[in-house]
Amino acid sequence: MAVSSSSATSTVMNNVEAVRATLYEALKNDDRTVILGEDVGARGNVFLITKDFINEFGPQRIIDTPIAEASIVGIAVGMAMEGLRPIAEIQFADFIYPAFNQIVGEAAKTRYRSNGEYTCPLVIRTPYGGGVRGALSHSVSIEALFYHVPGLKIVAPAFPADVKGLLNTAIDDNDPVLFLEHKKTYRLIKGEVPDGHYTIPFGKANVLKEGTQLTVVSYGLYVHWALEAAQKLQLEEGLSVEVIDLRSIRPMDKGAILRSVEKTRKLLVIHEDNKFGGIGAEISAMVAENALFHLDAPIRRLCAPDVPAMGYALPLEEEYMSSPAEMADAMREMVKF
Amino acid sequence: MAKTDVKTGRLERHGLSDEQLRALLRNMLLQRQLDNRGFQLNRQGKVPFALGSEGHEALQAGAAMAFNRGKDILAPYYRDLGLCLGIGLSPYEILLSIFARAADHNGGRQFPNHYSSKAAGLMSFSSILAAHIPHAVGAAYAMKYRGEKGRAVLVTCGDGTTSEGEWHESMNFAAIHKLPLVMLVENNEWAISTPLEKQMAQPEIWKRAKGYGMPGARFNGFDPIETYGAVKEAMDRARAGEGPSLVEGTCYRYLAHSTDDNDMTYRTKEVVQERRKNDPVPRFEALLVEYGVMNEKDVETMRKDVLRETNEATDAAEAQPYPQASDLYTHIYEGAWEPWQ
Ligand SMILES: Cc1ncc(C[n+]2csc(CCOP(=O)(O)OP(=O)(O)O)c2C)c(N)n1
Repeated sequence: MAVSSSSATSTVMNNVEAVRATLYEALKNDDRTVILGEDVGARGNVFLITKDFINEFGPQRIIDTPIAEASIVGIAVGMAMEGLRPIAEIQFADFIYPAFNQIVGEAAKTRYRSNGEYTCPLVIRTPYGGGVRGALSHSVSIEALFYHVPGLKIVAPAFPADVKGLLNTAIDDNDPVLFLEHKKTYRLIKGEVPDGHYTIPFGKANVLKEGTQLTVVSYGLYVHWALEAAQKLQLEEGLSVEVIDLRSIRPMDKGAILRSVEKTRKLLVIHEDNKFGGIGAEISAMVAENALFHLDAPIRRLCAPDVPAMGYALPLEEEYMSSPAEMADAMREMVKF
Repeated sequence: MAKTDVKTGRLERHGLSDEQLRALLRNMLLQRQLDNRGFQLNRQGKVPFALGSEGHEALQAGAAMAFNRGKDILAPYYRDLGLCLGIGLSPYEILLSIFARAADHNGGRQFPNHYSSKAAGLMSFSSILAAHIPHAVGAAYAMKYRGEKGRAVLVTCGDGTTSEGEWHESMNFAAIHKLPLVMLVENNEWAISTPLEKQMAQPEIWKRAKGYGMPGARFNGFDPIETYGAVKEAMDRARAGEGPSLVEGTCYRYLAHSTDDNDMTYRTKEVVQERRKNDPVPRFEALLVEYGVMNEKDVETMRKDVLRETNEATDAAEAQPYPQASDLYTHIYEGAWEPWQ
């Protein structure tokens, strides 16, 4: 993993522990930092991420809010404009819609509309994604609804070390950042996390596996599955697939994608969000604009079908999501094209 | 209109000095001049759009006087010309905004009347109704969190805006946390063409305060002294750490909603004329003369002075350059920005 740190020591943790450790450090380091959201206090949020924080930092900094998403973000915007460093939590990404205007119409435009006089250093954290039997209202991917918006940054880390480095960057950032945490990776994904404070810049993708025959671009949970599929193809069939973890969706690492595509001459984008108008469409257009004549095959996107959501019943969830086996099939077809 | 003290027969002035009473009138006259100027410039084809606050002069001048400059924070809405003047913006700054010049606080990016000024304690806001109200709550939270004594946030909106969810969410949160916040509703009976009775079944907005667990009060917004008294009391409560309040000032919108609106499609000239009999500007002039704070000549001098100041500000602002096309690309993020890196 491309995490650099001067620290010699590290600790193995899962994604949820990495979020918790990073938030804890932020609260310790800067008393302008406050956390607000539903159930973030005594319960420590529904995933227990902030459990016990309220005992140490008090209810003024760990704010249990009423169930009112528009004002959770709106109040955080006001706090940010007046010098605090709020970290707002939306309990599940599916509940972010009432806050849409505060994120898109207000937070993202504060700097612009005031000609730089006011800024909005705000982090909005939210768990997203499926594969957890979360049904219609606890499984959504929201990145495409927000990545259209200048003024906002969007990050979707997949590994614990990235969670910490990118969340630190988000907290330090003087602009609003939407920080997406894939909830299936929360406890599933473990890894070494360097001790001490470090940051990972936005807009730097991570090449997880080098390859020569196909470029796969993904982020979030699917990065893990794509990696698994690519490794299997390498081992069993000798196919050489390069796997890129975007880590940040806006800004996005154009250089890493183009360098890879110019080498492998084929591109497959894999994401959990709907295909139509998704991140993959933007990546495809960018590659078509910049590297069309390097391509040896049509660009392909393996994404969610154009339906509103995954269902609760297992076959409905499985049909919506891509599996490592489907990813391997798509990769094999592309390499053989 | 301002009450007379029953015992002494003197003007009930809530501790306002003669100088402050004259400042109230000056603000009101300036509002009227600047309002007219915006509409005039629009008719001359010099600016594409203007908003007016005619009918709100007393309410806004009075409320601004309850604001402590350099301490309090104002989160206004787009009809708050007089409030923004009253807390320290100059006519020149107002006209820069009307002309959308580069030197405007927001660099000509927003509609007129969307001021912002960190120095004046004036929060930046958009045209999205009620979206600024949680921002005011957040600012009030920051004040309380930092333990700052003697400061408060004044947030305003129109009657129609109280129908938005964020208005209710903000009232609720502010009350739970006993924040130093004053929610001032400028009830001018209209929301573009929608009258109060279509906006709400219970048109006494101030009464909603009880449901949220905070005090509420209604005052006559045609009277700058009564307004000052009501807003000052609420601001003082907030500054003393006693929590938020809702204050509702009644007034009337004499002009169309904006230069893009024709109010004769939903109300009649006669009705507006009838309501004009309550016009706060001549009434306050007369009151100050009656109580000997000014004489007719002083009033006339002030009117002339305000007109001259407006003319000078108009010329100075008009002479300023527009923002450059390249300014479109600045202040999106902190540094230079490239969506693809
Ligand atoms: C969220 C939102 N919806 C609609 C509008 C369009 N709009 C602008 S002003 C206005 C009326 C507001 O009325 P009120 O709050 O009573 O204030 P007034 O203009 O009467 O002072 C409307 C509907 C808007 N700006 N924002």
